[in-house]
Amino acid sequence: MIGSPDVVAFTKDDDFGDSYTDPCLLPAEFSVPLFPHAANANPWTKTSYAKFSKDFILISEFSEQVGPQPLLTIPDDPRVCGTFDLNYFSLRIMSVDYQASFVGHPPGCSYPKLNFVEDSKVVLGDSKEGAFAYVHHLTLYDLEARGFVRPFCMAYISADERKIMQQFQQLSSGFSKASESLKSGNRKAFANELEKKLQDLEYTRTVLHKETELQKMNNGCYSTQVIEKANELANVEKSIYEHKDLLRQIMSYPNKKMDTDYVQYEPEKPVETNMVDHTFSSTHSINRDKCVETDNASQQLSYTPQLIKAKSAKCFDKRLKTLEELCDSNFFHQTMDHLNLIEKTFRGDLCFIYTSQIDWALLSKQKISSFLFEEERHGEEEENSRNLYDTDHNPHIALPSLSNLSGEPMSLESYATCVEIGHHKLELESMEGPPESSTSDITQETSEEAVDTETKGSFSSDRSIEALGNISPANPNGFVRRSTNEVCTVTLSEQQGEILPGAAPDKTSPSLGYKLDVYTADMFETENLVQIDTACCIGQDGFIYEEPLPVPVQQCCEDTVVKQEPLSLLQGDPALQVDYIFGESGLPLGPSMGLMLPEESTSVHSEEMARMNIEDVSDCTSYMSTSTSSDRAGSPFTYGSLITVKQKKKAGNSALRFIRQYPFAQQAIFCVLSGQTLVVLGAEEGTVRKLVNALSIFVPNLGKYGETVQPWLTTSFQLTDLQRWKLIGLQRVASPAGSSMLHSLSRYSRYIGILDCDNKTLRCHPYRGTILGHMADHRTQIKRGSTYYLHVQSMLTQLAAKAFLYTFCHHVHLPINTDDQGSVELRRTNFLLQLGYTEEESKIIQFLSELIKQNFFQWPLKGLSQSVFSFSYTTSVLYKI
Amino acid sequence: MLRWIMGGRGSQGTIEKSAALCIGEEQPKNCFTELQVLKGHFDIVRFLVQIDDFRFASAGDDGMVLVWNVETGERLVELRGHTQQITAMTTYTFIKGERPHTALITASSDRTLSLWDPDSGNRLQTVSDLHSSVKCLLVLDHLDVWLSGGNELCVWNRDFQLKCKTVHHRDAGITAMVDLPKNCVAASMDKEIMIFKLNLSEAEMSILAIHHLADHQDTIRSLININNELFASGSHIGELILWDTVNWTIQAYEHILWEEPAGDGQSEIRIGQQKQSEMSIQHMYSDGELITAAVGSGLYVYNAVMKSIVAYRKVAHDSDILHTELLDNGRVMSCSEDGSIRIWELQDLPLAAEPASTGFFGMFGTFGRSGKQAGAPTKKLLEVPGLRSLELIGDLIGHSGAVQMFVSFGVKGLVTCSADHLLIVWKDGKRESQLRSLALFQKLEQSGGL
Repeated sequence: MIGSPDVVAFTKDDDFGDSYTDPCLLPAEFSVPLFPHAANANPWTKTSYAKFSKDFILISEFSEQVGPQPLLTIPDDPRVCGTFDLNYFSLRIMSVDYQASFVGHPPGCSYPKLNFVEDSKVVLGDSKEGAFAYVHHLTLYDLEARGFVRPFCMAYISADERKIMQQFQQLSSGFSKASESLKSGNRKAFANELEKKLQDLEYTRTVLHKETELQKMNNGCYSTQVIEKANELANVEKSIYEHKDLLRQIMSYPNKKMDTDYVQYEPEKPVETNMVDHTFSSTHSINRDKCVETDNASQQLSYTPQLIKAKSAKCFDKRLKTLEELCDSNFFHQTMDHLNLIEKTFRGDLCFIYTSQIDWALLSKQKISSFLFEEERHGEEEENSRNLYDTDHNPHIALPSLSNLSGEPMSLESYATCVEIGHHKLELESMEGPPESSTSDITQETSEEAVDTETKGSFSSDRSIEALGNISPANPNGFVRRSTNEVCTVTLSEQQGEILPGAAPDKTSPSLGYKLDVYTADMFETENLVQIDTACCIGQDGFIYEEPLPVPVQQCCEDTVVKQEPLSLLQGDPALQVDYIFGESGLPLGPSMGLMLPEESTSVHSEEMARMNIEDVSDCTSYMSTSTSSDRAGSPFTYGSLITVKQKKKAGNSALRFIRQYPFAQQAIFCVLSGQTLVVLGAEEGTVRKLVNALSIFVPNLGKYGETVQPWLTTSFQLTDLQRWKLIGLQRVASPAGSSMLHSLSRYSRYIGILDCDNKTLRCHPYRGTILGHMADHRTQIKRGSTYYLHVQSMLTQLAAKAFLYTFCHHVHLPINTDDQGSVELRRTNFLLQLGYTEEESKIIQFLSELIKQNFFQWPLKGLSQSVFSFSYTTSVLYKI
Repeated sequence: MLRWIMGGRGSQGTIEKSAALCIGEEQPKNCFTELQVLKGHFDIVRFLVQIDDFRFASAGDDGMVLVWNVETGERLVELRGHTQQITAMTTYTFIKGERPHTALITASSDRTLSLWDPDSGNRLQTVSDLHSSVKCLLVLDHLDVWLSGGNELCVWNRDFQLKCKTVHHRDAGITAMVDLPKNCVAASMDKEIMIFKLNLSEAEMSILAIHHLADHQDTIRSLININNELFASGSHIGELILWDTVNWTIQAYEHILWEEPAGDGQSEIRIGQQKQSEMSIQHMYSDGELITAAVGSGLYVYNAVMKSIVAYRKVAHDSDILHTELLDNGRVMSCSEDGSIRIWELQDLPLAAEPASTGFFGMFGTFGRSGKQAGAPTKKLLEVPGLRSLELIGDLIGHSGAVQMFVSFGVKGLVTCSADHLLIVWKDGKRESQLRSLALFQKLEQSGGL
């Protein structure tokens, strides 16, 4: 395999001096975010020195003929890689293959032995190229290859080192699945190949046997030809034995090793049954095997055994199998699909991935109320995972369970250690002078690991290839712990001045606003990230150089803790609570720590974030966010009629136009929010659809596929339709058929609001209040539809939160004693009044609350209870323009 | 026949009429602010029967009987077995193993009778090959027998054994039956009411027609029990007769006439054409004192004890009222072919005000048949002491076909069935919301948090 000679020694340009920052400068956190919005510049447009435009996945092989070579990239687009030298990088990533997978003849064993080696997962970086990679090495079996193995690797290449480091677990689990799928396919193909080879050999043996007999008859027993033939026969016999042994080995691959949730591919099963035959019958014959095969695999019937030449050529001119040939074609394509998904999942800037992960983790805890206005994200995730083999496949989903394994004691402990050691070190350093690389030791828990990292650290400083982590997935505990260490290693390498232009602090500050926008803008979007991708290229610039010396103790600890944040963030509730406790214990970590990005840990920024979160409408930021989001390329894949955020944003545009055009927009929105079905009546389909689309962003519990909206209805509707649809676009027709429609309109008029597009009138229950005024101000300064959508979304979220509060405040609903039903009613009303809601707004909250209750009960036994349809007897008012 | 003109005429009348029909959307006294649509039938749903305080059964032209939970809207069991439409359904409570057990008896056009267990959905008993299809069922709890009425009257015991039956009647057959004291049963057949007596003294049970009441001029549409002393019958032309349950004499005779003001020629013609259906007493209901009758598309409330009219409304619905009931809280509910259910409240008339309806009202407050024939003087309505008005306080709109029947579960709600194949449970939204909150906190307590 690849030994040390294969590793090319790289020298690294020492750009330490350039990136050295004056310690007296304010740390980035305290600097005022200055965004040069006048220039309309996107801080992410600056290209890094990476030669590729966005992250990609590279599959390389260490070919026994030509050495390391790239096979394919995902996405398969030459523009992605740009001028990036794939050959060169393949060489690098292949040359750190660690694997001691000994295949061949181990000492003391006369037969070739297959090793089932674990994949290795390495993070490496090439700061010169500006490329960092998560590298997943795996070996596939090939009968024709040297030692029967072909080393491959899949690499996730990004310009952002932190992205690789901090998404390590997710990447690892994602790639492990892909690798497992490839290897399963490979085992199947390899077994098939062996079967064929065995048939060949058996055939050869018979032929040779016949020839020998013939020659014995002709030439006598001891002629040279006969002896030659006998030798040849013996060789074939040996070869048969070896191959049978190989077959047995490959068949006996420990399937139990595979996760139980990992799909057992059916095609493999027949092979497995064969395997039983192989292992348990000593008098196993190919013929019998063949019989089994005929039952199972029809394609093998067509195979005719070939005569094998005595000297099977292991020459270099033979064609090696392609990856697709090596693995079963189905498996190969499955893997490619999965890799594509990985690529999509990790597309974009790290902060975006973070926020979406945090977002998802938090949202998944809010299933009780999140279905109201944000279900589609959840659905999307589910959809994603359904596309794969199992739920665990999705890195997002896999993550929480993994980090739960690590448990919150770890993060606590390490945190404590950080504080302790950090404090200690600091005192030491302040005496000693400039910081040493060993500061990274502060998170070390055991000396053994300390040594581990230490060596790695020095290694990384010496060479430009940094093997930052080398983790075996064997035990999850060690896995997580190690990865913690790696995080520290990042800090270390930073300190050694690898990255960090002086402008970094300035760059990060404006990014806050951006991130915030991205956070909200792309809340539920994983696939529409093409534009942001430019951002990831400068991710490394965003590294904040934390000079530990001049800053206070807490600053240091905080930094370290924050570096670990991604791990604890997505843990279960306890971890989050731990964060809260930290906040309370006097450390300058705001209670919102758990929601913060690593860089934005300081209270200044958390305030900033909070402020922006609330205000939200400052035009410059919103403009910026929309400029990146609105002109994005179309979604690369659509899930049927699944409602995507992109669609919703477009709807935001129509909604903005709607509230500007119609002075009674508030009433229409009230109608939708309070659960009264709104019928948009019009003759022209386009207008109606547009209005329905605009109003759909206000529909609570819209459903994954927008089930509660009927954009265009040409027949009259029934009561059950009103129960099902909360927003209906209805065709106005003059024909007699139209009269029945009008009949149903007037018949059910009490249950519906009617928005007449043609006459520009609205007939619905009156609304008095201010909240919807904020939501639908026709003099709004918001220019962009997507910004408006976010604005609406934030207000709807507030409503949902209040509805949650209202639903679960038990004193509001439970009678104090048995005979005070009336007082309950009074308390409810007072509660809503105290929340500052008018009578009409209370109706909204009550409707949302009913939806929450309904949803809450339907969880365990879905479909049993049909939904109820609530309404009120209130006089409708006709609004005109 | 004397006619008294009351109220305004012409345009004034139409205004009044439309005001009565269109209550508007503001209905503060209407507590039904939530509905649940129950789907399951494939044809007109005609019958609803309350089984206990939370279950009811529905049946209709699709031959299916469905048992529902009114609280959750859950369909509990489906009773399938009849091949044709259900013509009658009733509950049958008997003591089985110390506990009262409620079963359902259904009759169908396929000339079968079945006994169902609504808990398990099993058909416990069935009788087929009847000579005619059964149109009505009556359970005599005190005798532990039940009767089926079609072209003949059959008496069955609990085990579905035919105890006795009457001779074959005319094609019209028995349309309704009521239980009378002394083991008697009144059955309406076309224009007549037959009194049958069950003879239990002999070893073999027998049933005999012992009396024949032929005072109605037209087909009897409705026959009900009022209390121990009285039962009532209503005919197609608006005759309402109160009978004594013991000696079967007429206790009161009312002829309800809805008519248009005189002098309106067109109306007169129209009356001539539609007179009968307009006055047909489709359904009656009594709480022991008050009777409410669905007369054409109007409502009529009569006090059976005082033998006086309480309130009336000529046009209560847009088309014929199919079912009406008095609710516990003194309200009247009616459902109609126009697809709506209306809730009425009996209100005292303001002294100065005119009665709430246009039209004419012919009333013969008489006792005995002779009185009617003599044409006793009618009284002007305003002179009737204690006349009250029926004020519309709410309407329930949801069905798209004729609402056939409804069953009230009190505070738990109201179930309606309709020709549009649907059942709707109407509930008090506030109460339901409260109940859901309670259930929510109960569940929270059980699961120990969210």
